[in-house]
Amino acid sequence: MTVDDYLAELAQWLEIPPFALAAGDKTPRLAGALARLTQHHRRHCPAYARLLDIFGDDATAAAGLADIPFLPVRLFKEYELASVAPDQVFKTMTSSGTSGQAVSRIFLDRATAAGQSKVLARLMAELIGRQRLPMLIVDAPGVLRDRQRFSARGAAILGFSLFGRDLTYALDDDLQPDLPAIEAFLTRHAGAPILVFGFTFLIWQHLYLGLRARGRRLALDNALLLHGGGWKKLQEQAVGNAEFKAGLKAQTGIERVVNYYGMVEQTGSIYLECPAGHLHASLFSDVLIRNPADFSVLPAGQSGLIETLSVLPFSYPGHALLTEDLGVLLGEDDCPCGWRGKYFTVTGRAPSAELRGCSDVRASHE
Amino acid sequence: MSNQEQYQQVFMECFGVEADVLGDNFTYQCVPAWDSVGHMGMIAALEDTFGIMMETDDIVDFSSYTKGMELLGKYGVTF
Repeated sequence: MTVDDYLAELAQWLEIPPFALAAGDKTPRLAGALARLTQHHRRHCPAYARLLDIFGDDATAAAGLADIPFLPVRLFKEYELASVAPDQVFKTMTSSGTSGQAVSRIFLDRATAAGQSKVLARLMAELIGRQRLPMLIVDAPGVLRDRQRFSARGAAILGFSLFGRDLTYALDDDLQPDLPAIEAFLTRHAGAPILVFGFTFLIWQHLYLGLRARGRRLALDNALLLHGGGWKKLQEQAVGNAEFKAGLKAQTGIERVVNYYGMVEQTGSIYLECPAGHLHASLFSDVLIRNPADFSVLPAGQSGLIETLSVLPFSYPGHALLTEDLGVLLGEDDCPCGWRGKYFTVTGRAPSAELRGCSDVRASHE
Repeated sequence: MSNQEQYQQVFMECFGVEADVLGDNFTYQCVPAWDSVGHMGMIAALEDTFGIMMETDDIVDFSSYTKGMELLGKYGVTF
């Protein structure tokens, strides 16, 4: 598989509506593309090839999605895995490591970076159409100040800022609502559709609670709120998706609230929440839920580790990743929202997610 | 000012470069200022200058000084 093959195949996929294909059409297509990526990475990433040899993977036997060899996502924190020559690396993405944790390093060539943007644009078009909307970013302007090394938060804001115009930050550098900036933005775009984007926790803790404390309500009734980054901090406060939506509606009037699930290791092929409140795999991605005890694939309704598949990673072997998130598959092709594909929910982090590397072994014996 | 001059002006101001470097070889990330943050700033400046709104795909495809002139043609800005 050459970079031209990769781009040509992606261009074909981008012509297909991303939530329209049923399993019978989608799965063989996806499995074929992922098997070709496995071969590509085996050939161009020696460390990946060694891993496949150790696991005894016979790549030619890969028939279905479950047969695609997957890597634990934490490997990208411990090793530099790339399938292109160093001079082809155009951008290095790093994950947000909380204090003391290692960060993932993801090496992008131009083709993979362009593919990520195009797939994200295709998915966003399903939500907001092809027009770029006035965009309110629920973060502080300082998040992009250090341009040499901004956080995963900054990288996500930049990625999504492609879909906005008149980018306006809703929080000041103390993470308090910047009411003059918000009011001026709303005056400029009165009555127009608006895109609000931010991290789930910041939206709740700093925008919603900040507004509530001040007794202020915003007129964002025409807005679509897109948010991601996980529920962990809100679960500690017992705030779930329903409370989140009800609170936001009360304080800002926003009715269209869309959660997304995604990670820096598979930027672009994100999972979007449908009107029925379920996260959906698109044409470009899929999920498998695996039993943490033996890594077998679990049926719908059972909680396990989420494996994410993506057709995008060409410059690094990240097309099949076992995450440290727990989730439940809810169904496939029959979501009441009408979108085809698998739909699922994320229920939390795996308890062992704090452990890393060799220390896993020690901890399990003590 | 002609479209060409205004286009050049946006690049010079956004990226802090002189007119003589602007040409086929002036591409995304060729100077530190033309990173992803600088890219969005340059797009916003071009939109203000020419009174246009670019589509997402064109912002992604805007990979060089020369390519940008071709893309702006879609919006009636010709050189």
